[in-house]
Amino acid sequence: MSKSYDAIVIGGGHNGLINAAYLARAGKKVLVLERRHLVGGAAVTEEIFPGFKFSEFSYVVSLLRPEIIRELELPKHGLEILPLPSTFTPLENGDYIAFWDDHEETRKEIYRHSPRDADAYDEYGRLMYHIAKAVRPILSMIPGDPTSLSPRDLKSLLQLGRHMQNLGEERFYDLYKLMTSSSADYLDEWFETDGLKGTKAASGIIGTFLGPRSPGTAYVLLHHYMGEIDGAFRAWGFAKGGTGGISEALANAARAQGAEIRCNAPVAHILVKNGRAVGVALDNGDELYANTIVSSLDPKRTFLKLIAEQELPSDFVHDIRRYKTRGSSGKVNLALDGLPKFTAMADAVRMSALRGAISISPSVEHLERAYDDAKYGNFSRRPYMDMIIPSLIDPGMAPPGKHVASIFVQYAPYTLNGGWNPSTSSGQASPREAFGDAVINTLAEFAPNIKDIILYRQVLTPWDVEQITGLTEGNIFAGELALHQLFFLRPSPQWANYRTPVKNLYQCGSGTHPGGGIMGAGGRLAAMEILKHGAG
Amino acid sequence: MLQGTPFHPRTAALCQGRNWRRWSKYVVAGSYELSPEREYWAIRNSAALLDVTPLYKYLFSGRDAARVVNRIVTRNVEKCAVHQVMYTPWCNEHGQVLDDGTVARLDENVFRVTSADPNYRWFCENAYGFDVHLQDVSDTTAALALQGPLSREILKQSADANLDALGYFRLTPARLRNIRVTISRTGYTGDLGYEIWCEAQDALALWDTLMEVGDAYGITPTGILALDMARIEAGLILIDKENFVGKRALVQEKQRGFEWQFMGLDVEWESLEEIYARKGLHPQLPMTAWRASTPLYVENKQVGYASSGVWSPLLKKYIALAHLRKPHFEPGYWVDMEVTVEHERQTARARVVKLPFLELERKRK
Repeated sequence: MSKSYDAIVIGGGHNGLINAAYLARAGKKVLVLERRHLVGGAAVTEEIFPGFKFSEFSYVVSLLRPEIIRELELPKHGLEILPLPSTFTPLENGDYIAFWDDHEETRKEIYRHSPRDADAYDEYGRLMYHIAKAVRPILSMIPGDPTSLSPRDLKSLLQLGRHMQNLGEERFYDLYKLMTSSSADYLDEWFETDGLKGTKAASGIIGTFLGPRSPGTAYVLLHHYMGEIDGAFRAWGFAKGGTGGISEALANAARAQGAEIRCNAPVAHILVKNGRAVGVALDNGDELYANTIVSSLDPKRTFLKLIAEQELPSDFVHDIRRYKTRGSSGKVNLALDGLPKFTAMADAVRMSALRGAISISPSVEHLERAYDDAKYGNFSRRPYMDMIIPSLIDPGMAPPGKHVASIFVQYAPYTLNGGWNPSTSSGQASPREAFGDAVINTLAEFAPNIKDIILYRQVLTPWDVEQITGLTEGNIFAGELALHQLFFLRPSPQWANYRTPVKNLYQCGSGTHPGGGIMGAGGRLAAMEILKHGAG
Repeated sequence: MLQGTPFHPRTAALCQGRNWRRWSKYVVAGSYELSPEREYWAIRNSAALLDVTPLYKYLFSGRDAARVVNRIVTRNVEKCAVHQVMYTPWCNEHGQVLDDGTVARLDENVFRVTSADPNYRWFCENAYGFDVHLQDVSDTTAALALQGPLSREILKQSADANLDALGYFRLTPARLRNIRVTISRTGYTGDLGYEIWCEAQDALALWDTLMEVGDAYGITPTGILALDMARIEAGLILIDKENFVGKRALVQEKQRGFEWQFMGLDVEWESLEEIYARKGLHPQLPMTAWRASTPLYVENKQVGYASSGVWSPLLKKYIALAHLRKPHFEPGYWVDMEVTVEHERQTARARVVKLPFLELERKRK
């Protein structure tokens, strides 16, 4: 194997593909190596049950950076993002609360529950919008190290300071509160309707191993408003053909720029010579060489599995070991014979509600209790769920008249008491199926017909997610999105600028700034860094 | 008071936004939901059902029907086979466009011509002395457009015609359940799509059948706001032939070199971002189509105007249709388009591009 590349990208997930596309666009000879038979990583669509397409893991696009859509001309390469216009939350008392894409309709709905909250919702929305606007540029910025005096770090911090200055004093105080509060506490300052608080708080716990009353969860509330700023790009929505549609478009874009993508090519380890990364060895023994090696895998997998420990500084290895990747969520995908009937859905809103997200978050307490189970090593008996029915948005996802449902479930701790995969000889129902039952039973409280219409059920635990996608502990963000793991601390202080202690080895996955959610910013920013400072 | 179309009892019940728009002497839904976005995506992603009854519809029948139609329109109707449809404009003697529409050859000597404006008098004048019977069937013929990638599947499930064999711009008589219809593979969306023509008295039965069969394919009642967005993405066309009203004038203009050309504009994102950033804003984009004449400049001198524009949700670009003066209509040239930001007139850079913006393979396949 003498063929040599300018860059080899390990992992064909969305960040790996984006990174490769940008490097190829700059004229580099790039090879992407993907372990599985298809690209996408956790952003894949697979026909698990004949005729039914599942967005197996990641199921909505949140915040895919508009500059990436534009610069890589993704619409030309097949990207279509369809609107996901509403969120519907059935409540314990048989009523519901819904958030529609029309502002006045949402206001009217909240007013029904609390006239005070209806006013507060507007005010809250304005505040979030302005703070999000100030914070948003961070998503497109290579993090500077605040302890460093190097000109580039200072410049980046200065930029950041300028954005913060635009906020004005009062909004800055609120930003500080958002950074430090729990989402429950922060929402309590604004609202009194429990269903409203439950649904808003839910967005703050996704992918974390925290409850709505844990400090640090309020910050994530902001993310939704960042999506609103880029509303026209539909940064928030459902990809045609499922989430795999995004990966396909990215792969097409990368190939169009000349990148080579090889599937079924698992990397065994990164070849390091004299402190420099020089290539990779595949599982089959082949060795491939390049001037630059980029890993889009999560930091633990990159640094603890693919590189010999002696090649890395010990404090860095300690940091990466302590980097938190606790998996906390699972996924249940259903093939359905018909549509679920939620008892809370009045006829007038039924179809529009089914086309949006359905959130099982009737109260903050529901979420916190779900977390209580997980804290002590169990899956939630009555979990929080975020359900969408992709076949109502894109009819191509299921045969005519049939449907698929995608249910994100939290909490399902990676380290389950007794483990997810005990020996099957015990005769008991496997923990995976027991978890699946808890999900369906909870859903049946709100949509009793669900059990009668299931044609096929796929239950994915964090353990499964790790097995299939390679994400350590099945953490959907390749490392928790907690404040202590964001910006210049992601994944490790001093190494948040996409570089690593090994020369010519870069990282570009969701484990780097600014994190997951199919934003793609890590892939792009790492490419910028490589093109500016890399070995070429 | 404006009247509803024969579909009104159904469309009125569905029109949540009470967002009615006038179209000729009728009212039709602008959008059924408060925002046309989902309806737009039905056109591009599943199947959109549009009431297009307000089109003016004229029936030419008799021995000279072909000669008369050919005299009126700019395209060569002699080449229009039975069961073929042609899109064409028509002009006055000065070569100025009066209107445009479709010419459908229903039989050797029967044509149905649709138009945006009333043309009965103009057609009668041009038919004078010929053996042709001209009928205004605007009120007695109801029409639905079924547009989008799944439109064919829905018709295959409900009509007795061979839809797989029906080519682009062809038509076929058919029975849809028990309703006698004509299905033409036409539309104003630039997507795979059909128009279904029936007697006004069968309108409700036709609507109900399509909605029932289409349910499994995501059929979506769609208003004209979404159609307007799709239409801009799809652009327009024009061709030549023997003789017709206004030919001499058009030939002369062609020899002189066209003074004006109809082109597309691709508004540059970076420059939009810049003019809005000056006011501390993010670009505010037109989420529905605008139709106000908007000046276009090169070095501060006006070189044309844009006639409509929209943010294309599919292309994720701000696009506009433009009339440009010589020599500014060359693809790749740049113009400045007027954009009002916070009550102040600014300009954004826009690149001149060929039309259509969107050429979908499935439209013809």
